[in-house]
Amino acid sequence: MYDIERFYRAKDVPDAVRALEADPDAMLISGGTDVLIQTREGKLAGCSLVSINQLPELTGIRIEEDGTIVIGGAATFSDITNNKALQSRIPILCWAVDQVGSPQIRNVGTIGGNVSNGVTSADSASSLFALNAVVELTGPDGVRRLPIADYYAGPGKTVRQHSEILTAIRIARADYENYGGHYIKYGKREAMEIATLGCAVCVKLTEDKRRVDDLRVAFGVAAPIPMRCHETESKAKGMALDADLLDAVSQGVLAEVKPRDSWRASRAFRLQLVSELSRRALSRAITFAGGEIHA
Amino acid sequence: MLDIITMTVNGREQEVAYDVRESLADTLRNRLGLTSVKKGCEAGECGACTVLVDGRAVNSCVYLTAWCAGRSVLTVEGIKGPNGELSPIQQAFVEEAAVQCGFCTPGLIMTAVEIVGTGKRYSREELKKLISGHLCRCTGYENILNAMERIVEETWEKHGVS
Repeated sequence: MYDIERFYRAKDVPDAVRALEADPDAMLISGGTDVLIQTREGKLAGCSLVSINQLPELTGIRIEEDGTIVIGGAATFSDITNNKALQSRIPILCWAVDQVGSPQIRNVGTIGGNVSNGVTSADSASSLFALNAVVELTGPDGVRRLPIADYYAGPGKTVRQHSEILTAIRIARADYENYGGHYIKYGKREAMEIATLGCAVCVKLTEDKRRVDDLRVAFGVAAPIPMRCHETESKAKGMALDADLLDAVSQGVLAEVKPRDSWRASRAFRLQLVSELSRRALSRAITFAGGEIHA
Repeated sequence: MLDIITMTVNGREQEVAYDVRESLADTLRNRLGLTSVKKGCEAGECGACTVLVDGRAVNSCVYLTAWCAGRSVLTVEGIKGPNGELSPIQQAFVEEAAVQCGFCTPGLIMTAVEIVGTGKRYSREELKKLISGHLCRCTGYENILNAMERIVEETWEKHGVS
């Protein structure tokens, strides 16, 4: 038996918003793979829950007419990995969320929950940063949208207001079309693991496939919240696909990240991962974008 | 406080009285007597409590019964043949000696049901990833993978397309 004080199963999004407004102590539960475990551990003992588990309007994945990808906040990791429309457009995200937990967790855990936990290690987060994803929040005052980089407020904190729900994640066509992307998760084992470090790279090449047209490098666990390396990205623009590019990126990112010592890994080890994983992820991303590294 | 939901359990639609604070594992074990569902870690890590909800493998210890209204739940009790015979998946586990203490077995069987249900053919490496949500402290996994490979191949030979 879980130590749950109050439990309300919302009928739809407006109903959930109303229930949150009515109870200042209430928190949202979607897939529950974090909330229920924290309840069991006692951290959330006596909680009041408003459930949006598998609300049909939140589970859909669709492509809008202008090519914008819209992923419902309650879409599970499996939904995303197995979605054909996403596999052909943003394989990096399908791959990244396939690294979360275990198959059973991925059948239940949701992308909205992964992002809204506000943790830097979320496997979906760095790829969403590299895809310039936009978060859609629905609250008492309607819908607002903000870049995912503005969603994170600090470790375990987002700017989501008490009565707001992350209803969708949107990725514009210009942010994914012609990009190759790759995510590398480093952990001590290959399943049931929280990332020691995560690195996501998206790259667009010039038409002749010889130079970098646009680059986005994002990390998880390299700072208190997921982050991008904008300086390194802009320096790489226009560079040829050779060893100098890989060196410039894998060295450049070191000046931008702020990893810390924790019981899972030292700062020194994380810095080595930042450098090496960005080099490897960039190489793969270039291949996926149709280019070839001349190193 | 007790509430009542209608859900399909092992193919039979039924009304179930449950406490809203209850995990699906507790409801299945304590109210419906389906003790194939094992409680191991109760933190979604060991996979001993794995059941299928609408065909998908979930850890029933971190899943609320409240979410099962109108859904279909399948446990090992629901996969036996019409005369109580073992399912081909269970038979494969027997043939390959994939069972030692047996505590992880029901969960692994249910994951096998999900895998076999896709009708796809998987490599041993892919199967390793697909069973990564289960902990077995006895077998070293080799015989479990042998059983998985056997049933995947058998099913593919019978029904496979690609």
